[in-house]
Amino acid sequence: MSESSKLVCNNVWKIFGENPAGFLSRHNNAPTTNNMAEEGYIGAVRDVSLSVAEGEIFVIMGLSGCGKSTLVRCMSRLIEPTAGEVLFEGRDLLKTGVKELIEIRRHKMGMVFQHFALLPHLTVLGNVAFPLEVQGVGRQTREARAREVIELVGLVGREGYYPRELSGGQQQRVGIARSLAVKPEIWFLDEPFSALDPLIRREMQDEFMRLQNVLHKTIVFITHDFDEAIRLADRIAIMNGGEIIQTGTPEELVLNPATDYVAEFTRGIPRAKVLSAGAIMGPVSGATVAGQVLVTTKIGDLAADIVNAGAPFSVVNKGGAIVGEVTRDAVLAVLVEKEGGL
Amino acid sequence: MNSPAIVSGHRPISVNPWLIIWVVALGLAVVVSLIGKENLPWAFKFPREWVIPISVWISDFVKWLLNEFDLGLFTFRELTRSIAWVIEQPYWLVRSLLSTGFLKGQGSDAVEIFPRLSWLAVISVVSLMGLYAKDWKLALLVGLCFLYLAVFGQWDSAMVTLSSIIIAVPFGVAGGLALGIAGFRSRRFELAIRPVLDLMQTVPVFAYLVPILILFGFSPVSAMIATIIYAMPPMVRITLLALKQVPSEITEFGSMAGCSPRQLLWKVQIPAAKSTLMVGVNQVVMLSLNMVIIASMIGAGGLGFDVLNALKRLKIGEGVEAGLAITLLAIALDRLSQAYARRPPPVHEVTSHGFIRRNPHLCLAFAIIAVTWAAGAGMTVMNAYPETLQLTTGAFWGDLVRSININYFDQLDGFKNFLLLNIMIPFKRFLLGLPWVAVVGLVALGGWQLGGWRLALLTGALALFIAVVGQWPKSMVTVYLCGLSVLIACAIGIPIGIAASRNERLNRIVQAAIDTLQTLPSFVYLMPVVMLFRVGDFAAMLAVIAYALAPAIRYTNHGLRQVPPHLIEAARAAGCTRRQVLWKVQMPLALPEIMLGINQTIMMALSMLVITALVGTRDLGQEVYIALTKADSGRGIVAGVCVAFIAIISDRLINAWSTRRKAELGLE
Ligand SMILES: Nc1ncnc2c1ncn2[C@@H]1O[C@H](COP(=O)(O)OP(=O)(O)OP(=O)(O)O)[C@@H](O)[C@H]1O
Ligand SMILES: [Mg+2]
Repeated sequence: MSESSKLVCNNVWKIFGENPAGFLSRHNNAPTTNNMAEEGYIGAVRDVSLSVAEGEIFVIMGLSGCGKSTLVRCMSRLIEPTAGEVLFEGRDLLKTGVKELIEIRRHKMGMVFQHFALLPHLTVLGNVAFPLEVQGVGRQTREARAREVIELVGLVGREGYYPRELSGGQQQRVGIARSLAVKPEIWFLDEPFSALDPLIRREMQDEFMRLQNVLHKTIVFITHDFDEAIRLADRIAIMNGGEIIQTGTPEELVLNPATDYVAEFTRGIPRAKVLSAGAIMGPVSGATVAGQVLVTTKIGDLAADIVNAGAPFSVVNKGGAIVGEVTRDAVLAVLVEKEGGL
Repeated sequence: MNSPAIVSGHRPISVNPWLIIWVVALGLAVVVSLIGKENLPWAFKFPREWVIPISVWISDFVKWLLNEFDLGLFTFRELTRSIAWVIEQPYWLVRSLLSTGFLKGQGSDAVEIFPRLSWLAVISVVSLMGLYAKDWKLALLVGLCFLYLAVFGQWDSAMVTLSSIIIAVPFGVAGGLALGIAGFRSRRFELAIRPVLDLMQTVPVFAYLVPILILFGFSPVSAMIATIIYAMPPMVRITLLALKQVPSEITEFGSMAGCSPRQLLWKVQIPAAKSTLMVGVNQVVMLSLNMVIIASMIGAGGLGFDVLNALKRLKIGEGVEAGLAITLLAIALDRLSQAYARRPPPVHEVTSHGFIRRNPHLCLAFAIIAVTWAAGAGMTVMNAYPETLQLTTGAFWGDLVRSININYFDQLDGFKNFLLLNIMIPFKRFLLGLPWVAVVGLVALGGWQLGGWRLALLTGALALFIAVVGQWPKSMVTVYLCGLSVLIACAIGIPIGIAASRNERLNRIVQAAIDTLQTLPSFVYLMPVVMLFRVGDFAAMLAVIAYALAPAIRYTNHGLRQVPPHLIEAARAAGCTRRQVLWKVQMPLALPEIMLGINQTIMMALSMLVITALVGTRDLGQEVYIALTKADSGRGIVAGVCVAFIAIISDRLINAWSTRRKAELGLE
């Protein structure tokens, strides 16, 4: 795996049942769905390998019950995987001792939960300062830090409130602030917005992106909502029945769905939002161009300009070198996409 | 099991094989009963030579523990002494504060160096607690309950009782919490402790009073230890339940925040489980109060001693007043601890205040204590409620009972004799005449039908145990008293439950009545029946019925109410009358739940039955009671275990039936 991988999973299994380890070795570490059904085991995570790069938002997407929560808990060893390897910053997390694991969690990991998991007996301030409290940080310091993150998530003025006095969205802001209080290096979010209603969810997603633009964390984000995945992800892993079916950028998934299952998810997605100039550019034609766009610009963002200009744009990479050209027609084709178009 | 009752080797041919098996088994039992008297005398009277002297072994073991057992660093006797010391210190402190004052010196030369809390201070403090926990209504209720104690001259005894409760409750809670936590952390420990809890909750308290008496002597400390042991099991269960109910995300958050196991428990899980744990605390308070009178048999003193003493000397008036005092104390403490358990969760403060503004009740309480103490130096009225202002209703109760007894003697006596001669005595004779072999066999057969061979083995073995330790006749008396009481309790309770399920207003009244009945310590039930019917089986039975009535009503009501409404609608649509709906739809569906209520009724009846030994029954309760007076631990424990086994047999049989029936009806 590459140098900048923050977290790597190699062939991780989590099987629920009487004697999962025995079951796994009985079937040469590759039991089939039939084996499981026959012997009464549940394969919540099956042979998952993935790598999360430093600073990226890695989204794990899948329908309810496909094993997302189990997988993300294996990554932080909240659940002990049945087999496999989890490397965090190159160290095998599954081989660390209890003390070391506690230290890693105290200083390097943060997690946000679907149902917020706020402590009912503590105020907002107490909740946010809690991770620092268990580290033994003094009251002054931890409360000062807690106030900083509370401000970051926009909850100033509510420090003295108890969780039950807050709305769902506000509670999750507390959950987010709390997980950020220790300045984690990796940030796990297990369906953080699923329990919120659509409007608030949208608002929280924007808020989340704003935060990430400031913080640049390495993020593992779980969701069952493909729209949410597309909006937030640098890369998406699609899960089904405990397995990862495909991993890629939103664009890759839309352009080359590996299976019908993945294609089914991508069907309803407006392509203009996902595809970038690089995906539809042609070779340089020599015609006069009306402007320049980056390879990574989304079609939706350049459409208005190119349609008005009436001439092709040249496509440049980050270095400024011209790598191709997009035409008005190509853009229009995406905008008026038909099912399975392109 | 060599019982002839189940040696029925016939292959069932007909549709319902169990019918044939039962007919054959009952037939065999009848045959044995008829021809057995001469030919098989051992089947009727368990031969003395066969009795296994378990009780002697236990007594010897306890003696050995006390006199010879050496744990290496210290002896067992030293261990019991140090346990007693740990409990005695805080008790001494609280009792000095509430009851005796801080004294220097011994006996009658003692000089008071610091007075006890004034009665005014105590009443104010408990009222403030009510105000803090809920509202002024609770404050008033609690204050009036305590005022009764002062006005009716029960103060000194009540404060002794209150002191022992104040000490026993924290120990019971802490012990229960510790065991519950251990069970939560180790599945093995939980599996090990469950059957012990089952047994602890069915063995009558009297049974373990004896070994405690021997190990710790006749003292308030022994009484508190018995109270703690008695009150702890529900706290263990509730702790286990509460910790398991903590949402997994909360626990996971704790782990992710990097809590050590200890931090996870104390900073995350226990606070998150607090509201359920408080229910456990309320239970411990109530059970401790329930033990007050019983504990006075091994030295508790206080109100319990007064009641017991009055009961023994048949001083009706004194007994009623002290009993009422216990009841009011129980109601006050129950409502207080419930209010604390249900206190609404905290809300944010608008502005921050100083200590006094934040804790007004606490500060006021301390202020009152200080003022009354200071005033106490000059005014004796502060120290003790003036005797001239004390009231007593003792004479009134005595007169009332006397006049009832004079004017209605014939009716009461006639009623009693009618029931005794026509129902109670024949039933008792019938049970005592049964050959034990047949009963053991039939019990095992019942277990087999309802729960397979495992249950058969369990019920058969438990029944056999009772015979083998030589307690068969007394057990049959227990079964007779318990059985009749339960029958009558059900005959009264189930109709009330049915009525309450069909009428909202009645329901509210009935619920309130049951709630109050269940806060009364069991002993209180004895008083009125003894006054009216003197001692004996009949009085005992009435007390048991009154005590055991509540679950029969509650479960019937609940069972009927939980019948799915669409079934009732369907029946109405099919043209059933209200009556038909009740008997053809609701009752059959509610029957499993009602059976659980009957089960509960049996459990309560058994626990009350042991207490009624005080009014002269001749059952296992009497056996335990005799063991207590003779300080014979083996005898008491064996008889107590027999009561527990009777309870367990009926519990397992009824539960097996109810589970099966519910499954058949698709209710679960
Ligand atoms: N402790 C457990 N014992 C047995 N099976 C479990 C356990 N935990 C999870 N499972 C099973 O593993 C599978 C994956 O569960 P998981 O909670 O990871 O799904 P999920 O993708 O997070 O679903 P959701 O979107 O509903 O949260 C499910 O079939 C679930 O029933
Ligand atoms: Mg999940």
